[in-house]
Amino acid sequence: MNVLTDNFATYGEGFLGTLELTVYASLLALALGFVMASFRVAPVGSLRFFGTAWVTVLRNTPLTLLFFAVLLGLPRFGLVLPFEVFAVLALGCYTSAFICEVLRSGINTVPRGQGEAARSLGMTFGQTLSLVVLPQAFRSVIPPIGSTLIALAKNSAIAGAFSVTELLGTYRTLGELGYDAVWTFVWIAVGYLTITLAISALFHLLERKFGVVR
Amino acid sequence: MTEATALYDVPGPHARRRHALYGVLSVAVLLTLAAWILYLLFETGQFTSAKWMPFAYQGVQELLLRGLADTLVAFAIAAVLSLALGVVLATGRLSDHRPVRRLATVVVEFFRAMPVLVMIFFVFVALKARPLPALVAGLTLYNGSVLAEVFRSGVQAVERGQREAAFALGMRKTQVMANVLVPQAVRAMLPAVISQLVVVLKDTSLGFLITCEEFLHAGKLIASNLDYDLPFIPVVMVISPIYIGMCMLLSWFAGRVSRREQRSPRAEAVAHATAGPGALLPGGEPPMAPRP
Repeated sequence: MNVLTDNFATYGEGFLGTLELTVYASLLALALGFVMASFRVAPVGSLRFFGTAWVTVLRNTPLTLLFFAVLLGLPRFGLVLPFEVFAVLALGCYTSAFICEVLRSGINTVPRGQGEAARSLGMTFGQTLSLVVLPQAFRSVIPPIGSTLIALAKNSAIAGAFSVTELLGTYRTLGELGYDAVWTFVWIAVGYLTITLAISALFHLLERKFGVVR
Repeated sequence: MTEATALYDVPGPHARRRHALYGVLSVAVLLTLAAWILYLLFETGQFTSAKWMPFAYQGVQELLLRGLADTLVAFAIAAVLSLALGVVLATGRLSDHRPVRRLATVVVEFFRAMPVLVMIFFVFVALKARPLPALVAGLTLYNGSVLAEVFRSGVQAVERGQREAAFALGMRKTQVMANVLVPQAVRAMLPAVISQLVVVLKDTSLGFLITCEEFLHAGKLIASNLDYDLPFIPVVMVISPIYIGMCMLLSWFAGRVSRREQRSPRAEAVAHATAGPGALLPGGEPPMAPRP
């Protein structure tokens, strides 16, 4: 028990680090995933190809390999940024592929008639997508986006191994201070559970507010 | 992309010209990007012979191959153990005895909510295991729990009549499970199981973080060798296609099985959780969708 109370600052710092990573990477993943999903349904062939390639490659890339390549590789091109930024980039890009697929299958759940009606009213592709189809797709993609973001929060643990301040990394500090490893991990586990349960609760709330059964 | 065409009209001559223009523009942008990356690669001297020489050495090739073999071995052990654990936990969750069911539920939910890496580090640091057992244990706990949910939802998705008919014939619960429900469920959940195995394969790379000897670790050894002028980028360029290729192969296989399953007339008897793509596990992520 006193592992937590003695090292509240360390744990707090790690917790906030994980939270920060999760939030920024989620925002990046949602934005990029949105762009890629619209690429994948666009009428322009080359964009569709790019979206498909992006998703296929990133979904099949081990995240550790991506972290390895981004965090240790990009600095060799003279691109020197804080490790946190690299971690957000890697996590965000990786998760964006999954978000893209969720959004795309969400778009496919919207009945065809909706798109057809929008078109028959003379709406353009952009209008059809943003005014008619996406608002409806949004409602049915809330739960899968939630589980993707939970996966993102869990994956952020990998960043800790690449010397980014986050929750899992605290075990090293505490290990050096000579605390019992088992209890250290128990509190780390509690930290992660807090974050994943919070995300799950948030999306449950969103689902209750906006969700529709289709 | 036929299903998405409800989003826009069949393009007329004007729109087709416009789309062609967009196409040319985006190809130009993508090519510029590619060219810029290539330029950067050349500019920072990634294609010098000094950096690529190590790959011509037999020792280095063997090191890489051994790493690949270690990865595959870790994958095989973890896959078999996760399947076994998944079966055990799913049996627990489907048990008639409430305490067993509760226990299995708690175990499954806990390990599904934990990052794999935390478990791997826990086994590695707190239990002081060797790297390979730690990696395998972490992967098994996580993927076994996920697979348990896949198995459970697969069995529960078998049409109710099948189960009722079997009980009506006087079969015991074990017989109903083994002879009626599981054979039908296995067909339907095969794609989901294979795509979970893709996750196992991807996550074996986490072994790199606990200095388990595997593919990425071998790459790191070569990349940090001063004699070869630190060939980091060449190593990434060699390793990632192999890694990504292996995962893609397995994903493709999952997709193939899933498509064959959908065509098979016998599978129609199984109301599997193909469900709406919007639905969530348990009960229905699209069975072949890889998970993050």
